[in-house]
Amino acid sequence: MPSLKDLKIRINSVKSTQKITKAMKMVAASKLRRAQEAAEAARPYAERMERVLSGLASNVGVNAGAPPLLAGTGRDDVHLIVVATSERGLCGGFNTSIVKAARVRIEALLKEGKTVKILCIGKKGLALLRRDYRSMILDTFDMSHAKRLAFGDVAPIAERLLSMFEDGELDVCTLFYARFQSALTQVVTGQQLIPASITDDAGVEQAGPDLKGAAYEYEPGEEEILKALLPRNIAVQVFRALLENAASEQGARMTAMDNATRNAGDMIDRLTLTYNRSRQAAITKELIEIISGAEAL
Amino acid sequence: MTDSLRFELVSPEHLLMDASVHMVVVPGSEGDFGVMAHHAPVMSTIRPGIIDVYQTDGGEIDRIYVAGGFAEVTPEGLVILAEQALFLKDLDRGDVEQKIADLKEDIEDVENDDDRVRLVAELAQFSAILSAMN
Repeated sequence: MPSLKDLKIRINSVKSTQKITKAMKMVAASKLRRAQEAAEAARPYAERMERVLSGLASNVGVNAGAPPLLAGTGRDDVHLIVVATSERGLCGGFNTSIVKAARVRIEALLKEGKTVKILCIGKKGLALLRRDYRSMILDTFDMSHAKRLAFGDVAPIAERLLSMFEDGELDVCTLFYARFQSALTQVVTGQQLIPASITDDAGVEQAGPDLKGAAYEYEPGEEEILKALLPRNIAVQVFRALLENAASEQGARMTAMDNATRNAGDMIDRLTLTYNRSRQAAITKELIEIISGAEAL
Repeated sequence: MTDSLRFELVSPEHLLMDASVHMVVVPGSEGDFGVMAHHAPVMSTIRPGIIDVYQTDGGEIDRIYVAGGFAEVTPEGLVILAEQALFLKDLDRGDVEQKIADLKEDIEDVENDDDRVRLVAELAQFSAILSAMN
């Protein structure tokens, strides 16, 4: 049976934890709003890029002459898994669920006898993956320096992917991140970056009938534009994924901290009850001692 | 009725401009071209340079510096996808000159080759902006 003093100390410590989680929740809520705005602001560019690309791709067609970024290397041996996670913890199951999805894919690929390489964005994913796949992790990109993610911040990542692809160090590249749906739900997504996965149906339909087989003039030629566009598309996709990830992270943190605050509240209630009970028990005990002492006289 | 052209300028971070304008002159990689309403569909890459936006016929011109990108003319209008865009009217000449001087100093001091390449590219950008201001 803990003493009254122990209980008091415990209640106070849970109270201060609750204060911290409450503050973290509010910080996450305001950061979430900003992250969400950034993700939404980036959407028009990515959407238009996708539309242009799908229009071009359906015109050029996936044939032998198509750029390798679109058509692939024709092999399927070396897979690069890019895992985008957060830089900070305390955000519930956010990092674990991304890593779990990546792990499932990695295991499946290994079973098929493919070579797997891993790139981490964010150090939390690295910490989780390092134990099992140390030899496969090529590099980690630390994004903690970027308070607000700018397009320039993803350029090194995109460059790395492209140079690896050009050197024949990878055939297929998949990016894992959490797509933001709402503060409560984030959807872990595995998106294929190389070769570019272009949903030509969706893109073309959205653009309306006039883009389908439209009499575009291309300056310079279609292939040149496609060649210039595809590498840029990678950077844009990574950028968008990271923005979505940032919003998801804040959403997950907000939910996690809300739960933590509520749990701390419950715990305080329980501890206070125990505290009051043992206080009363102590008083009653003392009274009984006094009374029985007086009676004995 | 005077036809106007719907002009959108998007960077990866923001939708920078969405307006109805009279004409836009785009620095295409194979030469500048002006786009007005009902222009034939064209798709072109852009070289680093200045976009001139004519709000009205013979009226005010907005000058925007872009560091490369793509222009797409559709029957609906003109969309420019730019990596980086700066409105020249937001820039101060002194600031640009100062920045160029700073960069030149940095380039002399820098040890690392990668950094040097990056700084030289940045310097080229600002020099282009400055020459556009003149």
